Amino acid sequence: MTLRVRLNGRDLLLDVDPQRRLLDVLRDELRLTGSKEGCGEGECGACTVLLDGEPVCSCLVPAGQVDGSEIMTVEGLGDGELLSAVQDALVRFGGTQCGICTPGIAVCATAALRREPDASAERLRELLAGNLCRCTGYQLVIDALCAAARPAAGPSGEGAP
Amino acid sequence: MSVPTHSPADVAVGRSPPRVDGAAKVSGRALYVDDLPCEDAWHGATVRSSVPHGRLRGVHLDRAFDWSDVTVVTAADIRGCNVVSLIEGDQPALVPVGGTIRHVAEPVALVAASTRARAFAAAAAVRLEVDELPAALDLDAALRADALVHGDDNVMKTLRIAKGDEVERALAGCDLVIEGVYETGAQEQMYIEPQGMLAHWDEHGACHVTGSMQCPYYVHSAMKVLFGLDDAHAIVTQAVTGGGFGGKEEYPSMLALHAALLARAAGRPVKIVYDREEDVAATTKRHPSRVRHRLGLMRDGTFVAADVDLVLDGGAYVTLTPVVLSRAVLHAAGPYRLPHVRVVGRALATNTPPHGAFRGFGAPQAIFATERQVDRAARALGVDPWELRRKNALRAGDTTSTGQVLEHSVGSLAVLDALRRVAPSPRPDHEGSSSPAWPPPRDELPDVRLGSPVRRGRGIAFCMHGAGFTGSGEQRLAGRASVATRPDGGFEVRSSSTDIGQGAFTTFAQIAADALGVDGARVSVLEPTTDRVPDSGPTVASRTCMVVGKVVEDAATALRAHLLAWGRAHGLSGADLGEIARAHVRDVGEAERTVTYAPPPGIAWDDESYTGSAYPVYGWAACLVDVAVDDDTHEVTIERCVHAVDVGHAIHPVMVQGQIEGGTLQALGWALLEAVKYGGGRVLNPRMTDCIIPTSADAPKMETLLVESPYPFGPHGAKGVGEIPMDGPAAAAANALADALGIEPACVPMLPETIAAARAAREGAT
Repeated sequence: MTLRVRLNGRDLLLDVDPQRRLLDVLRDELRLTGSKEGCGEGECGACTVLLDGEPVCSCLVPAGQVDGSEIMTVEGLGDGELLSAVQDALVRFGGTQCGICTPGIAVCATAALRREPDASAERLRELLAGNLCRCTGYQLVIDALCAAARPAAGPSGEGAP
Repeated sequence: MSVPTHSPADVAVGRSPPRVDGAAKVSGRALYVDDLPCEDAWHGATVRSSVPHGRLRGVHLDRAFDWSDVTVVTAADIRGCNVVSLIEGDQPALVPVGGTIRHVAEPVALVAASTRARAFAAAAAVRLEVDELPAALDLDAALRADALVHGDDNVMKTLRIAKGDEVERALAGCDLVIEGVYETGAQEQMYIEPQGMLAHWDEHGACHVTGSMQCPYYVHSAMKVLFGLDDAHAIVTQAVTGGGFGGKEEYPSMLALHAALLARAAGRPVKIVYDREEDVAATTKRHPSRVRHRLGLMRDGTFVAADVDLVLDGGAYVTLTPVVLSRAVLHAAGPYRLPHVRVVGRALATNTPPHGAFRGFGAPQAIFATERQVDRAARALGVDPWELRRKNALRAGDTTSTGQVLEHSVGSLAVLDALRRVAPSPRPDHEGSSSPAWPPPRDELPDVRLGSPVRRGRGIAFCMHGAGFTGSGEQRLAGRASVATRPDGGFEVRSSSTDIGQGAFTTFAQIAADALGVDGARVSVLEPTTDRVPDSGPTVASRTCMVVGKVVEDAATALRAHLLAWGRAHGLSGADLGEIARAHVRDVGEAERTVTYAPPPGIAWDDESYTGSAYPVYGWAACLVDVAVDDDTHEVTIERCVHAVDVGHAIHPVMVQGQIEGGTLQALGWALLEAVKYGGGRVLNPRMTDCIIPTSADAPKMETLLVESPYPFGPHGAKGVGEIPMDGPAAAAANALADALGIEPACVPMLPETIAAARAAREGAT
């Protein structure tokens, strides 16, 4: 089946088995390995991409379903070597450790902050609840996202104790 | 949009520069093993046992399956020594026909094919013929010897500590003896990147394996033993690794052997990447434990004696269990002055997949029991649990249970006091009162939270954690690291310590830059590859920054001295160190300095009597947890979590904070959520759907307090921090539940149904 998609801002025609998982098409066919497989059942969120602006687990999406859609992966968040505000904040405020969950978090948070630019730290915890991280305990991730949302206010989204 | 930039001052030790691998990780450019381009690699899959104990009679290939494009490997294809070499050589890489299967996930055969799907189909078409044997599936069955899994009594290892008088006599002289039995369950590391390994053999007969791992030289050594290779023909490289927490300490050796066996048979590269279910079902977890603890004290609160009987479930093979047992035993007396101590620890073998390393390494199990006991003692005496801990806390000059005199870097009172400063009240709902009273008044009626009735409570825990290898371990390891010049005038750190997320590469760059006196941006850290980095010892035991970081500092200092001397002799006096380095490489080649770790003076340990300096130094921590328990559903919400940790000195404060908070949440998950369920020796919930870990919505806001009691023999005073945050929070959560509900939690995890049962039992008893 030939799919017409807009991927990270570029129009593409893809000849793929419609039953294949979007994650496999991205990783194996297109060599976009930033999206990771942590569980293969939509629990960990490491494979999160934006499908028409909505965060989805690409391990749960059959390729045939994305025909005519716009897809954004972690590779499309920045501009070449330049990092997006969310990515930059995750690095600067310690929001990435082993990094395997980070692409999914960066993608999901980008959508979350686009939709709710004023999201509180508590709200961000809810919006990111589909992205498991085993390293950070989440505090520095949330701090980083608060900083990305409100650059002037600094990282103390939840206030100092 | 911006590129992370920094000025030299921001990179110095004590500052928090962006981590060196940060940009690659957030942009998706970092290559983990499953991301490595290798077009001609086949995919491997593992055929595992389906019974927990049995005799393997045969391995049969289904005739209906087309095997023409599949490579199959069994134990018969192993020409060398069929063993995953570690402490004891008891675990085979593949069970041979005629051999014994000891757990349900035991590897028996391997297959490889051009696609993953084809490999899995082939694995499903391999039939095992097995005579099933009776199995010992838990501690009680192992003690009864329902089946013999190890030796003639299933006891893998026994360790004893004895201090002071005979403990029964000491307890008989106490005003009060608190007695309890505590059990903790297995815990899955649940790193988000499953285990994976890529192997190929080159035309010179060398095997190259690249993968997700903590300890390249463990893999190296296992490869040498099974394939009979010399150092140069086993080349092991760490790929970017998506978390380890102990789970990638020794199991990667198994994967490397399997991938290498398949690659040799297939004559091409082979990659094995587990899916989540296989990873949870087959790889090691935290040891389940049972601890019987008696604490004897006087009416004024003075601790007198502790008697601890501790049992760990080691699973089917020895793996790292004796060392885990050692750490459990050495932490069983807690951070307290105790004149009389008896600890007996035993590790038992069962027909379950082996248990192994997980952050804390036996200490969290022992500390859960100790800190529950201390809390019960405080309630029995009617004193503030914080006061009781502070009264009995070890101080500089005091002696531990192994007779070690604590000489330096003793942050025990500092962490307790730091905790009290930010949370002065013994109860969350009395916070703010200027003079906290004890005992605090208890409300008979529940509060209301989000429309539901809740009962609130506060608990604390206090612990010490030995940093680095136990006893004379560091001396034996003699870890080495090098710092060398680069042709461009920069410098390179060479060590086998891996960055598994904790930030080792960034801290090494900071430490080396500081010692060299150059900008941190000019120091790089070489990816650990056994043919290019010396053996720095494994990346475990909270030792990387403290031990290997010190070696990196010394190597950098030596290199700087050498370059300055060489520069003076060659007309470069006063030149920039990078300029001298460039000239050195150009004129006489690379300059490299390698240093071997020298333990601090006065470290003496006797393995026979279990006395002496168990660890070169200890970290100290005090943790506070406030809970709100739904009065009807028993759902637990953590409303506050404060952790004060003495880290010696924070080389990179943000990464230290990240270590503490990540460890704290793993501990809270172990305490309240994470249950690995077994049935017939098999993990019944091997998926993230039902073997759950905390999400961002479950996690509390973390309040982390860094306390710094510098360690004179660590780099800039730093000491281990990786494991200690795992030790206390489970007991703090249990103590908070005790405070909220009047129950005495005795097991981990404390699920709503466990809490409900404890409340029902208490109400039935009154």
